[in-house]
Amino acid sequence: MSILAVMDVTKTFGGLVAVNGVSFNLEEGTITGLIGPNGAGKTTVFNLITGNYRPGNGDILFNGKSVVGLPTHRIAGLGIARTFQTIRLFQNLSILENVLAGCHGRMRSGPVGAMLRTRAVMQEERDGLARALAELDFVGLHQHVEQPARNLSHGNQRLLEVARALAVGPRLLILDEPAGGMNEDETARLMGLISEIRKKGIAILLIEHDMRVVMKICEMIVVLDNGKKIAEGSPEEIKKNPMVIEAYLGTEEDQTDAPSY
Amino acid sequence: MNRRRITFAVVFVVLAVIPFFLNAYWVDVLNSVGLYAILGLSLNLIVGHAGLFNLGHAAFFAVGAYTAAILNTSFGIPILWLLPLSGLAAGLFAVLIARPVIHLRGDYLCIVTIGLGEIVRIALINDVFGITGGANGIFGIARPVLFGFTIRSPQAFYYLIWSFAALTVFLFHRLEHSRFGRALNYLREDETAAEGSGIDTGSYKLVIFGIGAFWAGMAGDIYAAKMTIIAPESFSFWESVLIFTLVILGGAGSIPGVILGAFLIVGLPEIFRDFANARMLVFGAAMMAMMIFRPEGILPAKPRAYRLADVRNLVAKEGTK
Repeated sequence: MSILAVMDVTKTFGGLVAVNGVSFNLEEGTITGLIGPNGAGKTTVFNLITGNYRPGNGDILFNGKSVVGLPTHRIAGLGIARTFQTIRLFQNLSILENVLAGCHGRMRSGPVGAMLRTRAVMQEERDGLARALAELDFVGLHQHVEQPARNLSHGNQRLLEVARALAVGPRLLILDEPAGGMNEDETARLMGLISEIRKKGIAILLIEHDMRVVMKICEMIVVLDNGKKIAEGSPEEIKKNPMVIEAYLGTEEDQTDAPSY
Repeated sequence: MNRRRITFAVVFVVLAVIPFFLNAYWVDVLNSVGLYAILGLSLNLIVGHAGLFNLGHAAFFAVGAYTAAILNTSFGIPILWLLPLSGLAAGLFAVLIARPVIHLRGDYLCIVTIGLGEIVRIALINDVFGITGGANGIFGIARPVLFGFTIRSPQAFYYLIWSFAALTVFLFHRLEHSRFGRALNYLREDETAAEGSGIDTGSYKLVIFGIGAFWAGMAGDIYAAKMTIIAPESFSFWESVLIFTLVILGGAGSIPGVILGAFLIVGLPEIFRDFANARMLVFGAAMMAMMIFRPEGILPAKPRAYRLADVRNLVAKEGTK
């Protein structure tokens, strides 16, 4: 069964059609890439899935249930976690607390419990901390976890976002250009990490401009251009698809702009 | 950590014995400082922790004070019994009012709260529902009685107010260091990221408005008991500004900062009363300098500390789930 079904989704901003009748399915435990030139509507699709935007038309099913119209925090609670294209960490809070944010939805205690500090509250707090540390270990950021997040390098900030998203306990992880601004080593580490995440049984949907990354780790690729889906298939199929080559990689004349892979 | 404990102990002892060395006037000044400290701590949750600009906090203070005054003078309910009820009235009022405007950001919310403060003040002047006594206010509020002892002198009020302030510090410190306190910080830092992490930012904003107002309402009850007369002029826009300023000046999000802010904003002008005309000038200039050179406040908020070694051992023992 597909874990996510995007069905004929359309989103317009004023007169601009950002996403136009896009449909695709995501199978459980797979890695799917969403690619396309700048302005193709990739991030808009992400924002539609996570409830930041509401589609004007169409439906989005997660585990067979529609998530359209649900607030973002509810969708996260159902098991869809994400990272952002422009890093959105809680910059002034510690690395640890950033990951604790992800644990929030699995904890229950409220203001009264906090004031009374009951045993249950303290136990929950310890469990939350343990989980946050485990996620930090997983992405390899186990040192200096009480430093503010802003002190991290760009690449590590991206990893911290991944750790925060994982702490939500997602069944679907949405990564918006996770390798953006990363150097070769960091990108290689990230790719290893994404494979590890997949082994945990978490489905991954990712936007990425680095074609080496996309072609290597994705099982399925969906190509958008001007808000429309123009192709879908395995990396091999996508590489050969003439529509994709024309729309995304450029025609013969401007080969210089095309990324090599 | 140790130095902090010593500082804490010294402050505690000084505050506990100081009424014995001061005359009634100065004890009364400290009572005002204490009340503003409580108000500041309650506003600090909203402004410092959740980052919601609220320049109408005096309205919640007023709702609490009037609830206590009306119920005390009309039905003779002891004023200290009304403490939770005053809080509840202010808290519910805040939640009701905030519900439609809470999604507004920064300056927009700020303007709405200014409007709210003015509406409440003017409603009180106009004797709304015929129970607020108009511009004259309500007088004849009974003195509080605690364990058969009537609280009357400034000294007695000092211990009532500062005990309540101490309780507030204790509870709010715990609140800050909890899942709830962190959630407030997340929504202050980045609402979109907080929502994406599964945090219901809308309800957290409402709840924190409610809790802040609840505490301001309880402060209102104590204020009514202390003054025995309350009138709309005590709940003007200027009061909201004072409370807001002491939070920002002392250190938004920092409990010691807010208390220091209350001493500086409420206490210092009394010390410089002799300079009469120049004092607001100096005060204003000092505040400008502060905002330029130390915008995070005099005692900025410290990051939370976690006992990670314990947790790491625990994890090593159990393995992760």
